[in-house]
Amino acid sequence: MMPSPAFLTNTTTPDGFLLVLAIVLPVIGILLLFALGGRYVERIVLLLVPAGAGVAAAVFATVWRGGRPLVYIVGDWEPPLGIALRADGLSAAMMITVAVVVGATALFAREEFGRPRQQSEAGAPLVFWILLLAIWGALNIIVVSDDLFNLYVALELLTFAAVPLVCLKGSEETIKAALRYMLFALFGSVLYLLGTVLIYGAYGTLDIALLAGRVRPEPVAWIAAAVMTMGLLAKTALFPFHLWLPPAHAGAPAPGSAVLSALVVKGSFFLIARLWFDAMPGVMNFAATQMLATLGAGAILFGSVLALRQQRLKLLIAYSTIAQVGYLFFIFPLAAGAAAGNPWSGFGWTGGWMQLFSHAFAKAAMFMAAGLIAETLGHDRIAGFGGIAQILPVTTFTFGIAGLSLMGVPPSGGFVAKWLLLQATVMEDQWWWAAVMLVGGLLAGGYVFLVLGKALSTTDAPPKTHGSVARSRELVALALALCAFSLGLVPLRPSEFLQIGRPATPAVAPRMKSVPLLTMQSNPLRGRGL
Amino acid sequence: MSAVTLFGLCGPALVGLGLFGLITNPQPLRKIIAFNLLGTGTFLLFGVIARRGAAAGLGGDPVPQALVITGIVVAFAATAMAIALLLRLFQESGAASLDSSGPNDASEATDPS
Repeated sequence: MMPSPAFLTNTTTPDGFLLVLAIVLPVIGILLLFALGGRYVERIVLLLVPAGAGVAAAVFATVWRGGRPLVYIVGDWEPPLGIALRADGLSAAMMITVAVVVGATALFAREEFGRPRQQSEAGAPLVFWILLLAIWGALNIIVVSDDLFNLYVALELLTFAAVPLVCLKGSEETIKAALRYMLFALFGSVLYLLGTVLIYGAYGTLDIALLAGRVRPEPVAWIAAAVMTMGLLAKTALFPFHLWLPPAHAGAPAPGSAVLSALVVKGSFFLIARLWFDAMPGVMNFAATQMLATLGAGAILFGSVLALRQQRLKLLIAYSTIAQVGYLFFIFPLAAGAAAGNPWSGFGWTGGWMQLFSHAFAKAAMFMAAGLIAETLGHDRIAGFGGIAQILPVTTFTFGIAGLSLMGVPPSGGFVAKWLLLQATVMEDQWWWAAVMLVGGLLAGGYVFLVLGKALSTTDAPPKTHGSVARSRELVALALALCAFSLGLVPLRPSEFLQIGRPATPAVAPRMKSVPLLTMQSNPLRGRGL
Repeated sequence: MSAVTLFGLCGPALVGLGLFGLITNPQPLRKIIAFNLLGTGTFLLFGVIARRGAAAGLGGDPVPQALVITGIVVAFAATAMAIALLLRLFQESGAASLDSSGPNDASEATDPS
């Protein structure tokens, strides 16, 4: 048995129970909702969402203060036989992002799904809350799990919670979208499982930390990595597996779309990053990272151009998600060979994750704004938006702020992300990704202004309204957009927080020491740029 | 040919058949069946690996067996959910296909939401 790397403590840390709480709280909520039915929905949700957010904040604060990861060994059975839960800086940041978006969604959805008393208990409101909590729980498991099979189960939980959210409206169109999503997800999950079995067969463990020291660049690892990545790409909706996303995300009710677009696709992306950077660092080579980023570049160009051509706002935002997810994949070429030495101390690592966080906030805010506009007008055709800025000034402002972050205008989270990624393209001598990023930013500006221009235009006759929306919901969306914007205040350098729990330098990293080949393998990446 | 080799060859064959079916068949029901074929091939590989690990002296490596049970449960749940969606689609549209050129298309085009 390989000794476990020194930077990973294999014992439960004093605050490790917080990780269990983060997973268990949403599950308790689901069980309570099932048991008590619809009458107590509001009370249960109002109790659990702040509690869960508090746990996420506590995890974040503990990691921040302690500067080391939280670990919980389930049942005191150490890996490889047992399962470890582990929250490093990245996981803690993911957890707080998830908690903020889910919390805001809960506040936003109270109007829409918060009044179950008039309806039967089995109605959509109860289902919505159960699915929301299930997504939250599944995402928390994904960010803290350290075991590939545990991650598989969490990924399935996430899918099972996300698919019904798409067809809450129950119309034929949304059921088709949900079924198409489900088929893509099934394809993805079984391929991931196939990769898992190959890895277990070859290396005898599924613990990510142990795998890092054991996986060697050889055919079985290549096949496993390829199969798992392909499966996860289908779930992340990376071009060319994006076909299911626009109808699914546009068909869900607005709070559902917000969670699906902001968080659910990121769950499987997080897993791809864990797989390549943490479980199989030795397998990653120049060609593989270039291929992933090429697909990302395709997603940016294709998604943005299609977004420009949409007639309906929710579809436009959904295509914009495809484009923005593409940026995430630049993390692979830009962090892998990091000039600084290890992947996480470079600009690319921080830039990629900043893109994920800022997109999560901005996209959730955008979908909420779209939902409010659709509720007010009774439709979401962009051509009919004239004068909407006079009726919904706050919501139009929200859309604009979120749009600025997507474009990458300073000072916004999107700007920090893209600036860091651009910086990384220079340091890594991979200028071609910079070109794609700049074109993508321009196209994003195009589709945001397409909507804003229409909304700000004045018409002689104000548009007919079908209903009014509560000011509190407008403010929730605005708060999320401001979250995305305020990420722009983060210093423009590699974040130390996102490096917590990761080895400081590759020279002393135990995973490199155990297999000397790996050190050689990860360095040629640099030389093979321009 | 030993049993392990035989099953070891059957697994990938099923995976290949399932993958082919999942990609080429347009009908959702056939895709779901292909997914199950693909899943069965994967589970068979789990069995082979459990058996191969048994060469160490134990009757069988218990970890893959534990994993495969979970995998089967998850695949069963996934199939049930996909079938439920398909049934609902059939009730709503009268056809169990994902073609967008259904009879109700005209009404969808004017759907306000």
